[in-house]
Amino acid sequence: MARMKFLCDAERCIECNGCVTACKNVNEVPWGVNRRRVVTLNDGVPGEKSISVACMHCSDAPCMAVCPVDCFYKTPEGVVLHDKDLCIGCGYCFYACPFGAPQFPQDGAFGLRGKMDKCTFCAGGPEKDGSAEEFAKYGQNRLAEGKLPACAEMCSTKALLGGDADVVADIFRERVVARGKGVELWGWATAYGKPEAAKPAAPAAAKGDK
Amino acid sequence: MMRARGIVATAVAAALLAACGDKGVVVYKQGEYQGKPDTAPWNNAAPQGNPQVTPWQQGNRESWEQSIKVRTQQGQNEYVRLKNK
Repeated sequence: MARMKFLCDAERCIECNGCVTACKNVNEVPWGVNRRRVVTLNDGVPGEKSISVACMHCSDAPCMAVCPVDCFYKTPEGVVLHDKDLCIGCGYCFYACPFGAPQFPQDGAFGLRGKMDKCTFCAGGPEKDGSAEEFAKYGQNRLAEGKLPACAEMCSTKALLGGDADVVADIFRERVVARGKGVELWGWATAYGKPEAAKPAAPAAAKGDK
Repeated sequence: MMRARGIVATAVAAALLAACGDKGVVVYKQGEYQGKPDTAPWNNAAPQGNPQVTPWQQGNRESWEQSIKVRTQQGQNEYVRLKNK
């Protein structure tokens, strides 16, 4: 069963902002809203790293947990989406998200921010697929056209990978083996859980052993 | 005459009061998605004439997933393209 995930390879990202531009262009994201952005760590210092950040479509999404009107849902392929007709613009999701993904069209207090907007993994939203309503509210539904998110497909160095988790992990693994370094996965554990969390807990009797 | 007036008055009162009645109330269930249903991508027809999209069988999730996997490998793994040259 496919599960859609993003992976940003920090060894390859050159901070070109092509992913940001592709997202803006394909989805006609309004001025002031950035569904995706590039963050540079240790900017200007030798060895700086850049990563492209957007909604990671978390396995256990905190935005879904805190939404007071339950406007979020997860599709069978693992994409976290929301119904803008239900959103009240409270901003709870923004505070809960570890990636700062939820965006609002206006500044201001509760009730003045407008409907929340975020990356949809180019999967549209709860409107008729490919309709004008869906495009106006959520942007292009590329998954329904058999395509993948524009940001990942547009990435010039293929630093940003987006697609089925198994395939994305295979591509990254092949790269790491080929180059022999750069195994770090920024945000992966936060969004999709740490590998050690899946391991069974140590037996209780072992705790007392010295 | 009085009886007819009474019937008319009762009918008018009933019509006016009907507007005060509750219409289908949506019961909010906390923790459950309350919005509109969405269509799964595999329920759409595959686009024709696009060599980068492997056609899938409409309504068949597995064939859509296979199409997406092929596109991910071919579009985002340059090692595959280098090997094929």
